[in-house]
Amino acid sequence: MDFKLTEERQMLQDGLRRYLAANVTPEGIRQTDENGTGLDTALWQGLTDMGLPGAMLPEEHGGFGGGGFDIMVVFEELGRAGAVTPLIETAVLAGGLLGEAGRTEEVGDIIDGRLVAFAHGEPASRYDLNRVQTRAERTGDGWHLTGRKAVVHHASAADTLVVSARTSGDADAEAGISLFLVPADAVQLRDYPVYGGGHAAEVALDCSVPAAALVAEEGKAFPMIERANARAAAAQCAEALGLMETIKSLTVDYLRQRRQFGQPIGKFQALQHRMADMLIEIEQARSAVINLCGHLASGAGERELHVSATKNLIGRVGKLVAEEAIQMHGGIGMTQEYALGHFAKRLTMVDHRFGDTDFHLERFIRLSAA
Amino acid sequence: MDLNFTDEQTGFRDEVRAFLDRELPPRLSEKVSRGKRLTKADYEEWHAILNARGWLGVTWPKEHGGTGWDAVRRHIFEEETTRAHAPRILPFGLAMLGPVLMKFGSDAQKSHYLPRILNGDDWWCQGYSEPGAGSDLANVQTTAERSGDHYIVNGQKTWTTLGQYANKIFCLVRTSREGKPQQGISFLLIDMDSPGIEVRPIVLIDGEPEVNEVWFTNVKVPVSNLVGEENRGWTYAKYLLTHERTNIAGVGYAQAGLTTLKRIAGEQMQGGAPLMSNPFFAAKVAQVEIDLMAMATTNLRTIAAASNGQAPGAESSMLKIKGTVIRQQINALARQAVGPYAAPFVSEALEDGSNVEPVGPDYALPASQAYFNNRKLSIYGGSNEVQRQIISKAILEL
Ligand SMILES: Cc1cc2nc3c(=O)[nH]c(=O)nc-3n(C[C@H](O)[C@H](O)[C@H](O)COP(=O)(O)OP(=O)(O)OC[C@H]3O[C@@H](n4cnc5c(N)ncnc54)[C@H](O)[C@@H]3O)c2cc1C
Repeated sequence: MDFKLTEERQMLQDGLRRYLAANVTPEGIRQTDENGTGLDTALWQGLTDMGLPGAMLPEEHGGFGGGGFDIMVVFEELGRAGAVTPLIETAVLAGGLLGEAGRTEEVGDIIDGRLVAFAHGEPASRYDLNRVQTRAERTGDGWHLTGRKAVVHHASAADTLVVSARTSGDADAEAGISLFLVPADAVQLRDYPVYGGGHAAEVALDCSVPAAALVAEEGKAFPMIERANARAAAAQCAEALGLMETIKSLTVDYLRQRRQFGQPIGKFQALQHRMADMLIEIEQARSAVINLCGHLASGAGERELHVSATKNLIGRVGKLVAEEAIQMHGGIGMTQEYALGHFAKRLTMVDHRFGDTDFHLERFIRLSAA
Repeated sequence: MDLNFTDEQTGFRDEVRAFLDRELPPRLSEKVSRGKRLTKADYEEWHAILNARGWLGVTWPKEHGGTGWDAVRRHIFEEETTRAHAPRILPFGLAMLGPVLMKFGSDAQKSHYLPRILNGDDWWCQGYSEPGAGSDLANVQTTAERSGDHYIVNGQKTWTTLGQYANKIFCLVRTSREGKPQQGISFLLIDMDSPGIEVRPIVLIDGEPEVNEVWFTNVKVPVSNLVGEENRGWTYAKYLLTHERTNIAGVGYAQAGLTTLKRIAGEQMQGGAPLMSNPFFAAKVAQVEIDLMAMATTNLRTIAAASNGQAPGAESSMLKIKGTVIRQQINALARQAVGPYAAPFVSEALEDGSNVEPVGPDYALPASQAYFNNRKLSIYGGSNEVQRQIISKAILEL
């Protein structure tokens, strides 16, 4: 047993924490939300220079990391800072899929900071990874894609999308899903900001792509998507953990400073106990993230069981932490201006990607019975 | 025990329904049911319609132009109007200031202000809270110093709901530093267009500029705007709070929210079936519905006691806690129900006349917005922690 980080990861964590503390500010986050794409280009450049996209990818795919604990260390720090970045989309999702498919050139570009988004979810798919209704039909020299993708995070900042489309099978069959590289200017985007920072887009597809756009084997993408999704869920859970840590310290600081009835409100036992509960639950969250990150390289059965366990626990604890922190702050916790709001909203939104608390509870029951 | 309304009460309910069918503009109920933001004009329009029918002063006695209704009728009215998605009656003039003036105001104040509240001539906002006076309201520091026939007011109020629309504000101000903090507070009516007042919006986490900071720099207020006696304002403030807490349970809102939640969960598909047929989700909805059924009766029990002449005391604290928690649970389930479409933060699409298209199903944006916005329910009007203090002191005598 050893729960310490390796020296390299420790250095990564320290360097990243310093960099983010100096470069991520509430004003920056707000300004970024208001620009056209929701991308902080300077921050992204800095993180690319630090090698973050490459750290998400294993050596055999051209990266220099990609282990579960690389993901944990990086995303916990991003969460702690409240940073809004496309790292999940471009490196963990698109990079992971392209790497597995042996697309070394594109992976190289991603490591250099190129933005690729993963357009998978659809208006009617909710959290079901297998439910793909976008279709790809063979044409003379390539493919024609038609369909709609929903809430594609960081799509407008990307120049390319990895798009899942059905090349055979029913709407919910695991077999028959394929992946295609589609230039962003070949699709229609409706861009919008999302709660907790950054932008997403609705994507309408009615475009032709060449044969070379097919990523990996036709119809066999589902297991790849599930693997990439597991890593993305781990990244997001680690980010949630970082968000919780910051929310905790903001709240503890506030309980010490804020005075009502002639004393700091942190002297009221009613709040002390709840703060203590919050701390206990955040430690549970940390252990759950460790469990998942430690099993990302396991076989599909074990890995997915941990995805569902961790995602369920993070969903529950995230809700508790966000709601309790706002409540214990009183009115100030309700404002856009004070830092807590951003962290609380970003944490709340964790439950709206990669499957929510109930989705994973049900899935955990199914997987653990198997 | 009889859980049914009397014939007379049922008749009243039918009368309210018929009125709403006829008079509630579909444009307004549509906005309310779709979670769109109401404008100042929307509120004024609805107030005027109610006033024309004599139903605006819901809690007011007949002699002041009110309905004279008992607690049961008020409850029926509240339930029917929320069910029909009518705009809410803004509480500041009607539920808060009105009753204070009736009880403690001078004859001149009553005859001047009360009709203006009903007619919509004045839009009042509530200037209680300050940066340093939240739960500890008695700590107000905004000062009013007497100078001839005026007070000179200096200080800051905050969290002033819809203060941007108001032309009047009723304030708790400090007129004395002697004795206990409660003993030096006065209740003052102030014109928002007086020189020296500055209103700055505060945007909430859902993007809505719903509350404000109000700054006072040497604001001259005629002494005739003092309500009751100098340094007795705390008594009036507390009296107002008991009125603020009527209908605190929000049963009608919870019921309307539950209906919307079931509609969303009936339309959202997960694993090939409606979310509402998913036992995990259905169990949560059922749980909150069961709580709501019981709370509705707790609420009626309090109302029945109140119409028998017992003043609602610490029971209202109980209703506030349970009522707000239930509403927040419903909001959280609705947010959960919309799935990935909870993420879009396109707050302008809820604005009147905005040409920004919503994203996803029509119920998605309002679901997230209401979830974040209604975190306030357990904070304002005396936080749920403060209500627990009241219960443990006043009922449990701990
Ligand atoms: C959306 C919104 C609208 C509002 N509208 C108005 C308005 O129109 N006019 C107006 O005057 N005010 C308004 N308020 C202010 C509201 O009444 C205050 O926010 C409320 O009284 C809490 O005060 P506070 O925000 O300063 O929190 P604080 O009093 O600082 O409380 C912070 C936390 O400490 C807890 N706490 C405080 N004391 C105790 C205790 N003794 N024991 C245990 N816990 C305690 C609180 O419950 C809370 O969780 C509004 C607030 C909001 C959020």
